[in-house]
Amino acid sequence: MTLLALALAAALAVACVVYVARPFLREPAPAVDRLDEPGELERRRLALAEERDRALGALKELEFDHRTGAVSDEDYRALVGPLRRTAAEALRALEPRATGELGRVRAGR
Amino acid sequence: MPELGRAALIVALGLALYALLAGAYAAWSGRRRLAASAQNAILAAFAATLAASLVLAAALLRDDFSFTYVQEHTSSDLSSAYKLSAFWGGQEGSLLLWLLILTGYSAAAVAFGRRVGRDLLAWVVPVLGGVCVFFAFMVTVVASPFATQPAPAEGAGMTASLQNPYMLAHPPLLYLGYVGLAIPWAFAMGALLSRRTDERWIVATRRWTLAAWTFLGVGQLLGAHWAYEEIGWGGYFAWDPVENAALMPWLAATAFLHSVMIQEKRGMLKVWNMILVVGAFLLSLFGTFLTRSGVVNSIHSFTQSSIGPWFLFFIVLATGFSLALVFSRLPILRSQTRLESLISREATFLYNNLLLVALCLTILWGVLFPLVSEAVRGEAVNVGGPYYNFFLRSFGLPLLLLMGIGPLIAWRRASLRALGRTFLVPLGVALAVGLVLLVLGAGSSIPGLIAYTFSAFVLASIAFEFVRGTRARRALGASSWPAAFSSLVSRNRRRYGGYIVHAAVVLLAIGVAGSSAYETVREGKLRPGQELRVADYTLRLRSIEQRETANAVQVRAVLDVERDGSELGSLRAGKNTYRVGDEVSNEVGIRSDLLTGEDLFVTTDRIDGDDSVYVKVFVKPLVNFIWLAGIVFILGSLVTLWPDAREQRRLLLRYEPQAAPTEA
Repeated sequence: MTLLALALAAALAVACVVYVARPFLREPAPAVDRLDEPGELERRRLALAEERDRALGALKELEFDHRTGAVSDEDYRALVGPLRRTAAEALRALEPRATGELGRVRAGR
Repeated sequence: MPELGRAALIVALGLALYALLAGAYAAWSGRRRLAASAQNAILAAFAATLAASLVLAAALLRDDFSFTYVQEHTSSDLSSAYKLSAFWGGQEGSLLLWLLILTGYSAAAVAFGRRVGRDLLAWVVPVLGGVCVFFAFMVTVVASPFATQPAPAEGAGMTASLQNPYMLAHPPLLYLGYVGLAIPWAFAMGALLSRRTDERWIVATRRWTLAAWTFLGVGQLLGAHWAYEEIGWGGYFAWDPVENAALMPWLAATAFLHSVMIQEKRGMLKVWNMILVVGAFLLSLFGTFLTRSGVVNSIHSFTQSSIGPWFLFFIVLATGFSLALVFSRLPILRSQTRLESLISREATFLYNNLLLVALCLTILWGVLFPLVSEAVRGEAVNVGGPYYNFFLRSFGLPLLLLMGIGPLIAWRRASLRALGRTFLVPLGVALAVGLVLLVLGAGSSIPGLIAYTFSAFVLASIAFEFVRGTRARRALGASSWPAAFSSLVSRNRRRYGGYIVHAAVVLLAIGVAGSSAYETVREGKLRPGQELRVADYTLRLRSIEQRETANAVQVRAVLDVERDGSELGSLRAGKNTYRVGDEVSNEVGIRSDLLTGEDLFVTTDRIDGDDSVYVKVFVKPLVNFIWLAGIVFILGSLVTLWPDAREQRRLLLRYEPQAAPTEA
């Protein structure tokens, strides 16, 4: 029993080591071995995308709550303008014309 | 095969150590393959821990008493289910279960987290690896379940109170909750280490947090039902330190689940959310420490041991690491937006957070005070029910009210005129219910009356929200009312699933208020043929029965029950005396009225040889609402947890780098 247990334990250990070493076994000499870390531009894009989603989500919820009567006409008028402006600004800043610039940043150029 | 178990745990410890060290180096130096290798180590650690767990489970089922753990916690006369439940019935097995769940959660978080962002995951892996190292070290070096001995003929048996079907599910569910809180903590720490203060860590852990919180909540309810049926003192929650230990992380996680919505919707409270996620995890460690160390006197103190100092060391280490990291990143955690109005949805969430944290801290102080008192003055001062009940009423009732107010107030700000209109119906319903209850005599308990009035307000506001929303969906083109309702919920599962969870909390409040504030208790000595009247019930002792089972002698008082002259059948209450260990357990008799939610609860204090029995009888109005709350709670959590394809697409669009800003 002890021998069998030790053999099974050894098999488990070897299997685990092989699995842990797998990234190195699959790519012994990769061209790039760097983690994709977002640059400043990508971080900015992400912040704007979050701002856009926040504003669009809030607008959607505001519209729905206004429709259900949870938000009065007066509150709706006061809230909808700034939200639309925020969403529009984020959308404008995220326009795809800057894609090329972002691509260059990611490629490290 | 204890050797296989021991070896598997050593492999798991080595893998966890590798995930910690190689993972930290890979994240720091930005090495992709090393980071992937560390992630694989987490997955392999799960496989190794699973192998060790299978060895222990097999030993338990095979009555292999050469395992010291098996001999100390089981006996051959136990059913297979109870033998298996001994896995978490003792110290070493519980720690192995912690490690199994932790490596399981970590492996799943790595597998699913790869889609979220490799740079964030690279830092999450060493953090998870660090926690795994601690628990793997504990079960490998300090408290191994694979210690062996010359096999005796029979085991020591299982503690009587653990031989209950609830014990098959209650501890594993609690552990799924405790351990699950490690995942949001690890992602939060990973975000801080990688200086990623965007919402990616929140998106990645939202469902993990919800799942852990649900498990912890359901685990506590099952534990309460176990205490109600098995311990036999007539209650379900006794503010026992170990019960408090499970409640505290749940309260902190509840606060986090609310405040994280403010961060997602308004970009606010980033530091506060970090503090809450850290607090929830540390409290879950503290809960495990309390349960496992035997540092406090509790009905759960069947697991006393010397692992306390190790746990204390790890808690101090995790606290120091977390707080140092949060404070070092304060400059990048500043919010860009501010609270616009004190009358807004986010403001009610903030009040809710303050009350939840205040309740959590008062409970923590109640748990710590006897320990501090013993350390400083040499005598342990017991903090009992009155202390906790006072704070439960002081913070719990306003919390209940806020659950009704929150849905009625808009995000950002709301005018008083709008509030007047939206509050009209729920307020009217609440006042009407309060007045009717007052007329019916519910004024005998003012906190009870307030709880019911507030509950009516919350239920009315939730119903109002569903009705208004469904009507709006119908107006927007839904083909039928059911379709409109379904569309309403499926388009915003978090909001409407949250309302269902709120309804569950209201049911819980109704059950707790009814069964504690309006309870009737009588006790007396009965001989066969004698009666005891309690509220509307009459109980007559018919006989005393004795029966022998495989592992115990069961003695039962058989009581015939009547209410207002109608026969309601009979109840059996008594005691079991277990052969192994000569332990005695209370076996209560319960008659539930599912229409009114009321229980007739009978427990026997003593059964004498002359066929007389001392019985204690409780009439507990509405107590079954507590268990009903559990079902509604699970339903609400499932609605909230259910994957939302629209949201997935939106998040994919957000985190897929497709467009860049026009200005950097």
